[in-house]
Amino acid sequence: MLPGFKLSLGYTLFYLSLIVLIPLAAVFWKASSLTWAQFIHTVTSPQAFAAYRLTFGASFCAAAVNAFFGLLVAWVLVRYNFSGKKLLDAIVDLPFALPTAVAGITLAAIYSEHGWIGMWLKPLGIKVAFTPLGVFVALTFIGLPFVVRTVQPVLEDLDPEIEEASASLGANRWQTFWRVILPTVRPALLTGFALAFARALGEYGSVVFISSNIPMKGQIVPLLIMSELDSFHYGEATALAVVMLLISFALLLTINVLQWWSSRFQGQE
Amino acid sequence: MQTVATLAPAKGHTVRRRSTSEPAWVRWMLISAALVFLALFLVLPLISVFVQAFAKGFDFYIKTLSEPNALSAIKLTLIAAGISVPLNCVFGVAAAWAITKFNFRGKNVLLTLIDLPFSISPVISGLVWVLVFGTQGWLGLYENSDHPALPWLAKWLNDEDFQIIFAVPGIVLATIFVTFPFVARELIPLMQAQGRVEEEAARVLGANGWQTFWRVTLPNIKWGLLYGVILCNARAMGEFGAVSVVSGHIRGKTNTIPLHVEILYNEYNFTGAFAVASLLALLALVTLGVKSWVEFKTASLVDQQENP
Repeated sequence: MLPGFKLSLGYTLFYLSLIVLIPLAAVFWKASSLTWAQFIHTVTSPQAFAAYRLTFGASFCAAAVNAFFGLLVAWVLVRYNFSGKKLLDAIVDLPFALPTAVAGITLAAIYSEHGWIGMWLKPLGIKVAFTPLGVFVALTFIGLPFVVRTVQPVLEDLDPEIEEASASLGANRWQTFWRVILPTVRPALLTGFALAFARALGEYGSVVFISSNIPMKGQIVPLLIMSELDSFHYGEATALAVVMLLISFALLLTINVLQWWSSRFQGQE
Repeated sequence: MQTVATLAPAKGHTVRRRSTSEPAWVRWMLISAALVFLALFLVLPLISVFVQAFAKGFDFYIKTLSEPNALSAIKLTLIAAGISVPLNCVFGVAAAWAITKFNFRGKNVLLTLIDLPFSISPVISGLVWVLVFGTQGWLGLYENSDHPALPWLAKWLNDEDFQIIFAVPGIVLATIFVTFPFVARELIPLMQAQGRVEEEAARVLGANGWQTFWRVTLPNIKWGLLYGVILCNARAMGEFGAVSVVSGHIRGKTNTIPLHVEILYNEYNFTGAFAVASLLALLALVTLGVKSWVEFKTASLVDQQENP
């Protein structure tokens, strides 16, 4: 038997409690000092509902776009050879490495009226920066690597024989993709979607720079929490934080179930 | 596939090719679509940071970065990362050792709990510390509460006038929280794959626990550890939301690099904001470079083991 079990597990539990669990418990402790009526009043206010709508709507659309393009990028990186492929593979992780504040100001700059992309969209009547569309663009940027990185290994492991079998049974390439390949990568694709969605829900740094931040119009939930804190409304901020935390926990559970499902799929061969 | 291979052995290869790949025009269309998407969403924003940073010339760039407030922001960022990365590194190694070398009940729950900070909004990651140490918080209630939590700690903090929120310790704590899982996250799958056979062999040959760890485990995990540290460091230096909640935005005192970027941006000093931001963009590029290099290293290690 190897040594160090008690020491390593003991330290792990101690540090986990000190840094994560006890501080998180403070949120629920603070929330419990609110009456039920106060809590409901805060989390169902029109301002809160407007924030939920923008946060969930933009996050869902961004995760959906990422699911589509993430699958495309993963497919291209796994299946085809072209020059610059290694560089492309490395750059996919940029949103993980680039601080969100930097992403926020640079996206706001290129999508503003005089920006590199904004100037081409302006004649078409499309405004991105300081609109909900801008929130969507920022959330798409930060969620991009999730789908690529979850789908890529599954595509790499895909046994070419099942595609050959499908082809030899008379399926054309599209049918093989739709009926054989897609069902195999579906759990990974859903996991990637859920990860990108979960990340987008909590995102703050990149969105505050590209959104109008106007209450009822351009406020995401984390920004609403922030503005409650700025006006020293700790109870209100905590109530909203509890709602977001519960949603995060539910998503985390979903992702774990999806990953378990996905690993079962891979193990079935 | 057996039939194809035996009936038409000469043509088998081309048949196989055609049946499991796409026509050239489809391939080129897919590659182009992926390239255009990545160019618009990733490459353009990255280039834009550097172009904007030098919009007023090299002298302005240097001037912005050598300003006292910029320098103190850089210093504070280095302090926050310098404390949080080693702490989370030690934790990551301990957690990975316990989880991958031993079997115990509740392992999956522990794994989920370690991942928790990843799924929590940065704003909430900052808020938790305000609720523990702030004037309205758990320990801050000391003065106006009959039953303070941990009275000795609250009293000590109060007597020493040791400020945590809106001061440097709060920034460090928020940074530790958001970067908490990174090293553990990298090490656990790696050490799981390596198993414990080599460590057990070392023990049988007479090595003690520390010798086993330093001479067997550490050399095996060094690249994964380096990668985890690099990612942890990138997030520690770039964290914005959590740090913003606890900082108080006192210029030259409680501003990190990302917060300094925000201040310059809100003052409409866009070129200055991008100049400071370019430091962080450079850090991101270095991080990606090291990541690719580590992946290349581990891939060649695997190759060596498979074809010696």
